[in-house]
Amino acid sequence: MAKLTYIKAITDGLDVVLGEDPKTLIFGEDVGKNGGVFRTTQGLQDKYGEDRVFDTPLAESGILGLSIGLAATGWRPIPEIQFMGFTFEAVDSLGGQMSRNRFRFSGKRAMPITVRTPFGGGTHTAEMHADNLENYYIGTPGLRVVTPANPYDAKGMVISAVENNDPVLFLENLKLYRSMKDEIPEGKYTVPLDTAKVAREGSDITIVAYSAEVNESLKVADKLAKENISAEVIDLRSLSPIDTDTIFKSVEKTHKVVIVQEAQKMAGVGAHVASEIAEHAIMNLDAPIGRVAAPDTVYPWAQVENDWLPNADDIEEKVREILNY
Amino acid sequence: MAKKTGHVIDFASIKATMSDPYKKTFQIVDENAKIVNQELFDTFSDDQLVDFMKKMVWERALHEQTMNFSRQGRLGFYAPTYGEEASEMGSVSAFKDQDFLFPAYRDLPQLIQHGASVTQGFLWSKGNAVGDDYGETRNWFPQIIIGAQYVESAGAALGIKKNGEKDAVAFVYTGDGGTSQGDFYEGVNFASSFQAPEVFMVQNNGWAISVPRKTQTAAETLAQKGVASGVPAVQVDGMDVLAVYLATKEAREFAAAGNGPVLVETLTYRYGAHSSAGDDPSRYRTKEEEKPWFDRDPLIRMRKILTDKGLWSQDQEDKLVEEYKDSFKASMKEAENTPTQSVVDMLKTTFEEPTPQIKADIARFEAKESK
Repeated sequence: MAKLTYIKAITDGLDVVLGEDPKTLIFGEDVGKNGGVFRTTQGLQDKYGEDRVFDTPLAESGILGLSIGLAATGWRPIPEIQFMGFTFEAVDSLGGQMSRNRFRFSGKRAMPITVRTPFGGGTHTAEMHADNLENYYIGTPGLRVVTPANPYDAKGMVISAVENNDPVLFLENLKLYRSMKDEIPEGKYTVPLDTAKVAREGSDITIVAYSAEVNESLKVADKLAKENISAEVIDLRSLSPIDTDTIFKSVEKTHKVVIVQEAQKMAGVGAHVASEIAEHAIMNLDAPIGRVAAPDTVYPWAQVENDWLPNADDIEEKVREILNY
Repeated sequence: MAKKTGHVIDFASIKATMSDPYKKTFQIVDENAKIVNQELFDTFSDDQLVDFMKKMVWERALHEQTMNFSRQGRLGFYAPTYGEEASEMGSVSAFKDQDFLFPAYRDLPQLIQHGASVTQGFLWSKGNAVGDDYGETRNWFPQIIIGAQYVESAGAALGIKKNGEKDAVAFVYTGDGGTSQGDFYEGVNFASSFQAPEVFMVQNNGWAISVPRKTQTAAETLAQKGVASGVPAVQVDGMDVLAVYLATKEAREFAAAGNGPVLVETLTYRYGAHSSAGDDPSRYRTKEEEKPWFDRDPLIRMRKILTDKGLWSQDQEDKLVEEYKDSFKASMKEAENTPTQSVVDMLKTTFEEPTPQIKADIARFEAKESK
């Protein structure tokens, strides 16, 4: 066991899969000698060589297209898109190509591709370097979208993603990269790609969140506990598919729910969770579904960012509103 | 130079000459069936010459039969290949089994020559994904988002290189319109950056639905689009099956030997409509404009060459066409007797492990389908 940051936990997970499977390849912009602009792939080229960990020309559609052709010739690609905003350049590869190929080949050919990309905000980056585009990608059949909220899950889930035989969009939270540490077991362990986790048990209200907002929600739960209010926090982990069973079970117990996301409110993850609850569990509720989300503007530039991002105060306010309904 | 033109840099002269190396269109037999390169012509055996002719007759018969099937409502989307027989059969004849083919939607004849069946081609057109189950053959599905096949094939070429395969390349096709896509440049550049074994085929048939070649680019050739990425290229008479074959074979050998990718532009013509789905070329081009291309027909020149050599007769060709068409009719029967796909089939091939939602949908549609 060692105490590792979120980013080091991912590096550790990548090290495990590169060591285990000689068919795995890491590539993208700056991932080689430089170890990625965030150093997520630091040391991996030295350890596994330039054939396995390599830089590509600067073109995101090229990088993901390359992944598809490499998968077609027996490789297990782990491409990095430097920032999630840059996936706009590669939407066809994600939505038009890799996610549809299993169907196209009648289930006979697989696309075992893990597309890693940092997302989320709060780090005052340049425009398009912080973004929450998960709302675009969860509507892509054939593509799994997952995001760990802590270092332990980050390592276990990146290993599961690479071992999965379908394309996985693996979202790494920018703000969590260096702000969180966990005891991380050495070597291989996996965390499932399609189940939510009860991050904190409670009985009065359910808070459904993912990625950095899980930590914000946990802060709120801690605070409320001092007033003898027991909030249950669910970390979705997988945004597509969404583990609705875990949510329904919780709502059955608490009868109240607040859904939290960093992304804009329109459509997307929270909207889908709300609709699933409305469709299948509404009779268990004794208050309206509460939602906390960013306003429907484009992702803000640095000066507005802190005011724009939903934080613990916003969550607390909404939770109290639903509790007092 | 500055003194002479009055300019610091003589862009006018750079522009006037930059296409020159790519304008020497490679040709062996011209449109009048005259052998313009006897030395290269003599490298072909009689059997080879007859084989090329047979393949082109096969492709044209396939075109005629598919158009019949389309009129009868027995096919879905189908892109006619009429006029492009030399370009398609000449290039695919240079393939080896271990080569990976990334076709676009007008490249079904090459897919079939490279190991897919005619029945599969028909199933694809009819909207049954069973048509894309290519087994162990190195075929990829006919790409619809033109350009995507370029970046993907670059990955396959890199995969072939990383596999340590000594005599294999990736082949990819697009048309003149496809060369305008960003993915075209990314694919060519990636393959070149990795010096991966790949042959980029650009079948310049003059038209992207209604948009003429000249609207795609002010560059005088499409071949020269390789040069900025460090990819050698050639423009070939795409109505001369022997020239297309030899240029493609040479390109393949160069790439397979580890010298990096090559680009081949074939000058050909789309005689017919863009697709079977209601495109009408008379809306955007004239018969006068089409005529010179019909005069350059690849079958006419090969027919004359072979007839002069006593290797071919119209009677023989008519019989072949009948034979081919009978086999296509049998393939159509087979396609029509193939079970249609169901929603359950789709659900089961969306993920390896169906998600809970998909499992629920499978149960729902199985119940529906069993009614």
